[in-house]
Amino acid sequence: MLTSHAEVLSPRTLQEALALKASHPETVALAGGTDLMVLIEANKLDPSRVLNLWGVAELRGLDAQDGWIRLGALTTWTELIQSPLLASHAPALVEAARTCGAAQIRNRGTLGGNLANASPAGDSLPPLLALDAVVELGSAKRGLRRVPIERFFLGYRKTALERDELITAIYLPARVEGDETFFRKVGTRRAQSISKLSFCGRVRRQGGQVTLARLAFGALGPVPLRAHTVEVALEGGPVRPQLAELLLNDIRPIADVRSTAEYRQRVAVNVLRGWLETLAG
Amino acid sequence: MKLSFVVNGQPREVEVRPMARLLDVLREDLRLTGAKEGCGEGECGACTVLLDGQSACACLVPAAQAQGATVLTVEGLAEDARLARLQDNFVRCGAAQCGICTPGFLMTAAELCQRGQALSRAEVRDAVAGNLCRCTGYQKIIDAVEEALCADQPR
Repeated sequence: MLTSHAEVLSPRTLQEALALKASHPETVALAGGTDLMVLIEANKLDPSRVLNLWGVAELRGLDAQDGWIRLGALTTWTELIQSPLLASHAPALVEAARTCGAAQIRNRGTLGGNLANASPAGDSLPPLLALDAVVELGSAKRGLRRVPIERFFLGYRKTALERDELITAIYLPARVEGDETFFRKVGTRRAQSISKLSFCGRVRRQGGQVTLARLAFGALGPVPLRAHTVEVALEGGPVRPQLAELLLNDIRPIADVRSTAEYRQRVAVNVLRGWLETLAG
Repeated sequence: MKLSFVVNGQPREVEVRPMARLLDVLREDLRLTGAKEGCGEGECGACTVLLDGQSACACLVPAAQAQGATVLTVEGLAEDARLARLQDNFVRCGAAQCGICTPGFLMTAAELCQRGQALSRAEVRDAVAGNLCRCTGYQKIIDAVEEALCADQPR
């Protein structure tokens, strides 16, 4: 039994939603509820007001515009999985969506919610980092602004969202021919489990030389992170799997209820090396 | 708030707190006790209902998000002859032990039947991964769902 007596505001348009967020900045934004309802049920959160975004049509939809894919903040995991556009432009994100929760969760959980909740284990976060996603934030006063995903996460469950802002959309650059991506989630079970760690990689090669490398890990620390040392080492040469060992310069895994730091460190290196070996052939 | 929605084909109106869980509205206010509370955090699937045709954990849906929606619970399955066959299959295959998880499995399977895609056994397993049976009677449940999907052709 949920005893929350929170007032729920249910705007129908984005303008209305942003105006409400501006006039009631303490309001907690609610998308599909798959994280928020659990927190409220566990008494970890007791909001007095909730901003129910589910009926805001402008926050839905997924389409291609000028070299970018725009995903409305309310795009669900199920919609990610079913989108032919994403199957060709962001297969790693689709793969991550498949590992998220189970059917019931994927039908309600949204990309915007996953970002706002900002759990370092959020399933979409490593793919969004590896794909150089851009987060669009809106406010009634200042309009829209765009934040590169890497600058969106400021600390443990802390984001660049201001109190009067809502996430409106996520932009992904259209896939460049030849880009190779990989996603792997390590957990106790395929369905429902929260990651011990997750990894998404992207490399672009020209004539056997790596011209771009993006390596992103989830659930290793307070925020999802990029392995910049390994990325820089990979760029400008052929794929050398032994560079995976450099990962220890980039990560300092945490220990928690799901895993030990030693396990995370070893498995992170192994997952990365395994993928680089596949690429090196 | 006054919640107006359609439950198992019937328009319903009920006075509830906007953050009341759909699960409690169904069980306590409408006395539809088919959806069960297992974990209360979206892990076990015992409270699965179809919300506007899509499976959802009723424990994670606040009443405010059910406003104007169409909800199908296990109590509404038997009215549709085609879906009653899904229930028949569960009976025939012995796909119930203690029975707590059964309504949830039926609703997840009902969503699969609606979609009408042919699925391999592995895909069926994957599709019902959000429903837990702590009697671990999975084999017969998967048998029943698989059979329903195969038989799910127009009669």
